[in-house]
Amino acid sequence: MLKSKTFLKKTRAGGVMKIVREHYLRDDIGCGAPGCAACGGAHEGPVLEPQPLDPASSLCPRPHYLLPDTNVLLHQIDVLEDPAIRNVIVLQTVLQEVRNRSAPVYKRIRDVTNNQEKHFYTFTNEHHRETYVEQEQGENANDRNDRAIRVAAKWYNEHLKKMSAENHLQVIFITNDKKNKEKAIEEGIPAFTCEEYVKSLTANPELIDRLACLSEEGNEIESGRIIFSEHLPLSKLQQGIKSGTYLQGTFRASRENYLEATVWVHGDNEENKEIIIQGLKHLNRAVHEDIVAVELLPKNQWAAPSSVVLHDEGQNEDDLEKEEERERILKTTVSEKMLKPTGRVVGIIKRNWRPYCGMLSKSDIKESRRHLFTPADKRIPRIRIETRQASTLEGRRIIVAIDGWPRNSRYPNGHFVKNLGEVGDKETETEVLLLEHDVPHQPFSQAVLSFLPKMPWSITEKDMKNREDLRHLCVCSVDPPGCTDIDDALHCRELDNGNLEVGVHIADVSHFIRPGNALDQESARRGTTVYLCEKRIDMVPELLSSNLCSLRCNVDRLAFSCIWEMNHNAEILKVRFTKSAINSKASLTYAEAQMRIDSTAMNDDITTSLRGLNKLAKILKRRRIEKGALTLSSPEVRFHMDSETHDPIDLQTKELRETNSMVEEFMLLANISVAKKIHEEFSEHALLRKHPAPPPSNYEILVKAAKSKNLEIKTDTAKSLADSLDRAESPTFPYLNTLLRILATRCMMQAVYFCSGMDNDFHHYGLASPIYTHFTSPIRRYADIIVHRLLAVAVGADCTYPELTDKHKLADLCKNLNFRHKMAQYAQRASVAFHTQLFFKSKGIVSEEAYILFVRKNAIVVLIPKYGLEGTVFFEEKDKPKPRLIYDDEIPSLKIEDTVFHIFDKVKVKIMLDSSNLQHQKIRMSLVEPQIPGISIPVDAPNMDIKEPERKKKKREK
Amino acid sequence: MAGLELLSDQGYRVDGRRAGELRKIQARMGVFAQADGSAYIEQGNTKALAVVYGPHEIRGSRARALPDRALVNCQYSSATFSTGERKRRPHGDRKSCEMGLQLRQTFEAAILTQLHPRSQIDIYVQVLQADGGTYAACVNAATLAVLDAGIPMRDFVCACSAGFVDSTALADLSHVEEAAGGPQLALALLPASGQIALLEMDARLHEDHLEQVLEAAARAARDVHALLDRVVRQHVREASILLGD
Repeated sequence: MLKSKTFLKKTRAGGVMKIVREHYLRDDIGCGAPGCAACGGAHEGPVLEPQPLDPASSLCPRPHYLLPDTNVLLHQIDVLEDPAIRNVIVLQTVLQEVRNRSAPVYKRIRDVTNNQEKHFYTFTNEHHRETYVEQEQGENANDRNDRAIRVAAKWYNEHLKKMSAENHLQVIFITNDKKNKEKAIEEGIPAFTCEEYVKSLTANPELIDRLACLSEEGNEIESGRIIFSEHLPLSKLQQGIKSGTYLQGTFRASRENYLEATVWVHGDNEENKEIIIQGLKHLNRAVHEDIVAVELLPKNQWAAPSSVVLHDEGQNEDDLEKEEERERILKTTVSEKMLKPTGRVVGIIKRNWRPYCGMLSKSDIKESRRHLFTPADKRIPRIRIETRQASTLEGRRIIVAIDGWPRNSRYPNGHFVKNLGEVGDKETETEVLLLEHDVPHQPFSQAVLSFLPKMPWSITEKDMKNREDLRHLCVCSVDPPGCTDIDDALHCRELDNGNLEVGVHIADVSHFIRPGNALDQESARRGTTVYLCEKRIDMVPELLSSNLCSLRCNVDRLAFSCIWEMNHNAEILKVRFTKSAINSKASLTYAEAQMRIDSTAMNDDITTSLRGLNKLAKILKRRRIEKGALTLSSPEVRFHMDSETHDPIDLQTKELRETNSMVEEFMLLANISVAKKIHEEFSEHALLRKHPAPPPSNYEILVKAAKSKNLEIKTDTAKSLADSLDRAESPTFPYLNTLLRILATRCMMQAVYFCSGMDNDFHHYGLASPIYTHFTSPIRRYADIIVHRLLAVAVGADCTYPELTDKHKLADLCKNLNFRHKMAQYAQRASVAFHTQLFFKSKGIVSEEAYILFVRKNAIVVLIPKYGLEGTVFFEEKDKPKPRLIYDDEIPSLKIEDTVFHIFDKVKVKIMLDSSNLQHQKIRMSLVEPQIPGISIPVDAPNMDIKEPERKKKKREK
Repeated sequence: MAGLELLSDQGYRVDGRRAGELRKIQARMGVFAQADGSAYIEQGNTKALAVVYGPHEIRGSRARALPDRALVNCQYSSATFSTGERKRRPHGDRKSCEMGLQLRQTFEAAILTQLHPRSQIDIYVQVLQADGGTYAACVNAATLAVLDAGIPMRDFVCACSAGFVDSTALADLSHVEEAAGGPQLALALLPASGQIALLEMDARLHEDHLEQVLEAAARAARDVHALLDRVVRQHVREASILLGD
């Protein structure tokens, strides 16, 4: 087995060290081709097909395998992932190089290799006796690797010939490196560039679009003018960062203004946390989410974040002058103290490109193959792609990946990846928003489903071990109407000693999802269930979420119970946790529960139980608010769907009943009790949730806004904030309080999961609780499953496993959960926005009352309470004369002609759907009242929708 | 850099071995004529030399003598040139002392010490080149040296290390694999009876995985035994030819 031994010598920089490593060469590594007598049964796992016939290439009609080199793998992974490309040999040399250079591509190639249908084979050439090559004197590592790849390709061809001469099996070497290709052909290896090969696949012309365009010649159409300054090499950047001349940070493009971005500087440096970048040249080809190096500009060039809303609409690339003019708009004079550190991007440390969803903006020239692609995310620049199917792709949602951004090009170059479907189609739009928010939404794989319990399922003797039978208790659940994943149920009864026993019963999901299996891994990856307007993306398969774990009425279900003994003052005397079996007596909606509590006629067990709960909940709530818990508000809407077309037919803001807060109160109590328990038991690795207090600067806008209404908001503690919010009432303006609460919500920080061993600030600001966790919704949140497991170990109902007590793994998990939660929230919002559009499309034009939430330089942001809808009213339009705008930052107010707009002013706006931009159909609002000549539109203006296309055309002609 | 991939998807380790495979072992007995017993072993790039004196009378303080069995005295040292960076002190540091103690424990369990009461057996081990698994190499070398000295033992003592990466147990770790920081277990086994002379691990490993790692180390130790056995037989054959039997 051990054939021979060679030594590799390595020296490391800084103190020369000789490292001697053994390198075994083997003769038992199979070539991956089935039926190869020489290799025998040495290969296992997915192997190549014996007669790979499917990719009919005009260049090489004989059956062949492909052998790509590192750069092909790195840049053309989209092509390789296509189902048409099969039977590929991936060399170990190539794989290792990919691993060192790009983790995402490495992961993708591993996924492809694991897919049996793709017939990708990884050949461990570095340890094969006949394909190992040693680095020669004067040869650098790259050249050696190239040679190793060629040696392996040559070996393969000879090996396959030996195996069966009549098969004419060939291995084709794919490389984009010209020199490498020449050398390969010299050595008798059939070699092609990726482009040549893909173009020769006559049966799959669509593959060409997926090719990443890297060839330098392709870009010559651009005027030779160089737009951007060069990116500095990484070594220089690192030096600069070390010496402090450059700062490293995450680049975040602005949603509202394509010429502006902020860089969040890494590290704890307090003063230059946030750096503003303005203007195309200073942005220097950085794309949202990239890690960049920034150089600070001298103080006299600092700028303030502009309040202008700007969208990139240029069709042509030559509009640079126009760009410059626009940049000037940004730099209006502002008071000295508004200036923020401003910088320019000098280099990219790490690109964080991903495939982007969006639409094609077809080029004006009919035959052109180059088109601009407009991503759905406004923070991403437009991307130039090359495609022949522009006419078929027009009006469809597509996915595009960026390949590069040359210095002389206004836009980055990219290639087409996937066609999602018709714009405006509900399915497509949902797909887009799921993809854009990185929500895993594929159906559950067979491997995951195999871990589900077999149906019909019932509670067995074994399940009852370590479990209390609470089926006799009068338990009921209260949820919103139409809820199928019921994860909590409650009960309350009087004990013989006069005290009350209150129980919160949570679905025992961790009983079904065992640690480490595919089902568990998939749930951990998804992290949370995502609720869209008409769709739910489950975290766990439906059998669990809507059936076995759902605590439906009149069936036996497994639960995890938290049972308190309380006196009538809602003081906790005792608490215990146990796994249990329950049988819910009723599944109520909030309205039904409320009705039972209110109606004097009903006096059954469930109703008395509910009344007891309600009474306690009120005391709990009062006590919580006394402690300084915040009651915030955000406009939430709910759609009434048409049962057949699933189109929204009515819009309604959520109504809150007493019972909502009753359930909430007990869930909070359970979460807090569980948090205390698991932290007591696992001080180092309890999964908790914290809500940091926001920095005082966050409240500025709220305080200013209140001041303009002669109210005072104190923000030094949560308690004083809550109190001052309560006091902030205006007799003439009852909605003001809600508005202030909405603003206060915007000031808050995100609540996050964390591992108790990695942090020492546990405080939950919003709930005013020293410790908090999530325990009550394991069906829809993965964090709760972990908390269940921890609690189960703590009460001795289940056993532990290594990952559970590893705080680093737990911290990683928290990171993913926090990310997923954020993304789920964004996806939910996007879904609401899309349905709002559908609603207004059917409804036509409406005029509504609205309140001003924010004042910007050229626009106001308004909230329409009736629909909970927020929108922007612009005062500058392209083809209209500009009104006189005076913006005052101190008060936030905007003076247009003679009318002054303050925050919280009441206005009347007209809402309509603007379909002029297919990609971003948006709700358009225009001012009706107060009337400003030339700006507001008359109350019964003619239908703007009809006029819209005309205006668009006019623009094009210009 | 993405760090080192200790075990590839295809099941190969950094140096091309599979999970359960040992490094190449070469050994020789009777390398020095002066000593009562001596041996030299190479396990991959780890090279160790063992020398045995005794049993002989107690040297130094007689009070150390044990009335019922022999005293086993083990000394470990490692050459200054054995590691990548030159060592300052070849022996006498804490690590060497600990290794000496471990070797002593191992051999007290294996040598039939009760046959030589009030006497002393010295085992000196020196590591010439260290590339992971020094303890195992020392034990294996010392076993051969003790055999060479003709001191009666219960059985061979065969040692091997094992680690745990990606839910797979790796046998006979090299320096690169050790340096990666995973758990490492050292096992000295009496292969015939399957008794454990010494088991040592100072990293955290979940108990569910322990059995798997232990099993891998034991299997590797048995493989080592087969090799050492061959070396001993070869040595005996050569010696008997020289003696003219």
